[in-house]
Amino acid sequence: MLTPLWLTLKVALLATLVAGAIGIALGWWMSRRAFAGKSLVDALLMLPMVLPPTVIGYYLIVLVGRNGVFGQYLDRWFGINLIFTWQGAVIAASVVSLPLVYKGARAAFEEVDGRFANAACTLGAGEFEVFVRIALPLAVRGIAAGLMLAFARAMGEFGATLMIAGNLPGKTQTLSIAVYEAVQAGNDRLALWLTLVISVVCIAVLVVSGRLLQAKH
Amino acid sequence: MTLIRFLPRAALVAVLCLASAASGAQELVVSAAASLTNAFQAIGQAFEQSKPGAKVVFNFAASGPLLAQLQQGAPVDVFASADQETMNRATTAKLLAAPTRVDFAANTLVLIVPSNSAQSPRQLGDLASDSWKRISTGSPATVPVGRYTMEAVEKAGLTMALQPKWIYGESVRQVLNYVARGEVDAGFVYRTDALIEPDKTRIALTVQTATPITYPIARVATSKNAPLADAFIAFVRSPAGQDILARFGFSRP
Repeated sequence: MLTPLWLTLKVALLATLVAGAIGIALGWWMSRRAFAGKSLVDALLMLPMVLPPTVIGYYLIVLVGRNGVFGQYLDRWFGINLIFTWQGAVIAASVVSLPLVYKGARAAFEEVDGRFANAACTLGAGEFEVFVRIALPLAVRGIAAGLMLAFARAMGEFGATLMIAGNLPGKTQTLSIAVYEAVQAGNDRLALWLTLVISVVCIAVLVVSGRLLQAKH
Repeated sequence: MTLIRFLPRAALVAVLCLASAASGAQELVVSAAASLTNAFQAIGQAFEQSKPGAKVVFNFAASGPLLAQLQQGAPVDVFASADQETMNRATTAKLLAAPTRVDFAANTLVLIVPSNSAQSPRQLGDLASDSWKRISTGSPATVPVGRYTMEAVEKAGLTMALQPKWIYGESVRQVLNYVARGEVDAGFVYRTDALIEPDKTRIALTVQTATPITYPIARVATSKNAPLADAFIAFVRSPAGQDILARFGFSRP
C-alpha cells in the first residue's frame, strides 16, 4: 500500500515543479505583454482544465507515444519511451495542473501595482530584476495558492495518467489508479484502505500549506 | 403562440413522453465480456428487429469488473463472461439464475505483433529474448485473457523470464489497442480481437491453452425481466445468433 503512496507523492511533487516553473513564467509573460491573439493563447493554456482527462491522455499519446509526432524522435534519437513509465505520469499530471498555476500566477502578477515595476525600471532594473525583486515577492501568495491546488490536482490525476502510464503495479500504479483497480477487482477492503490513505494525505497537505500561507502574513 | 399558452402543451407532451417511456419499450441490460463487443452489438440489433419493442443496452468491460458491478447490485439482466472462472464466482455468490447458464461460443488465444514489426516470434520461448521488451496481456486478477496467458506462459516455463516485460491492460481490447499503436512489442488477445485490427496487427502464433476458452451466458438472479432475458439467451444460441458469432470469428463451444 505504501508503494503507490510514495509514487503518487513523487509524481505530484515533480509535476508541481514542472507546472510551477512553466506556469509562473507564462503567467508573468501574459501579464506583461499585449499582442494579437492573446485571448486565444489564454484559452489554449486553460484548455487542460476543462477538457476531459481522457482527451488530454489521447493528445499525449498522439504526441509522445512510440509512434507519436514527437515520440518517434524521442525514441529514435535518445531511446526515450515515455509511455508506461512514471515519467509519463509526471507529464500527464503536469499538463492537467498547469492551468491552475498559470491562472493563479497571472492574476497575482496583474494585481501587483504597475507603479512599483515602473519605478524600479527608472532606477535601472532590468526585466529579470523586476520579476525577482518586485513582482515575485508581491505576488507570492497567489502563486503559492496556485501551486497548492496544482499539487492536489496532480495527486488526484487519473484519466490521462492511466492512458499514458498505464497500470503497472509498483511502476506506474498511483494511488488513484490502485483504488480503481481494487474496485474493479471487487477488493473493497483494499479500496477502502487506499481511499482513507489518500484522503488523510490530502487533508494533511491542505492544512499544512494553509498554515504556511497564514504564517507569511 | 405566447409562452403562457405554450407551457401547458409542453408539459402535456413531456408527461406523455415519460408515460410512454415507462410503459412502452422493454429494456434489457446485458453485461458482456469486452471481446464480445462487436459480435454482441450485431446480435443486439438482430434481436431488437426480431422482437419489436425490445431494447438491448450493452455494458462491455473485462469480465472481472462486470462481476464486481453485479456484486454491488448493478441492475443487469444477462451476464456473458469470457471464461468459466468468473462465471463460477458469480454462481458461488448466488448472483445468477443457475439453471439458465449455458456455453454459447469458443475462442482461441493468439499472440499478435504490430503489422510493421520487423520481428515475429516462432514460438513462445522466443519472447524471452532481449529484443522483446514490452509484452501486453490483460491484468490477470480481473481480465480472463490475462489468466489464459499466464496459464500458457507457466506451462512453457517462461513465468520468470517474462515477468519484467508485462504491460497489463484493463481489458483485452486495451491490449489490442496497445499492439495496434505499437506501444508494446507483442500482445496476447483472442483470435476474434486480432481480426478486428487486420491492418495494424498480425497474428504471429496461435497459443494452446490448457483450459479451453469458452463463453458462458446466464440470466442474472435479480433480473426484473426474466422472459426477455431468456429470449435473448435463446437468440444468442439460435442459428441466427450463432451465424453472427461465426461471422466475427467465434467458434461453437
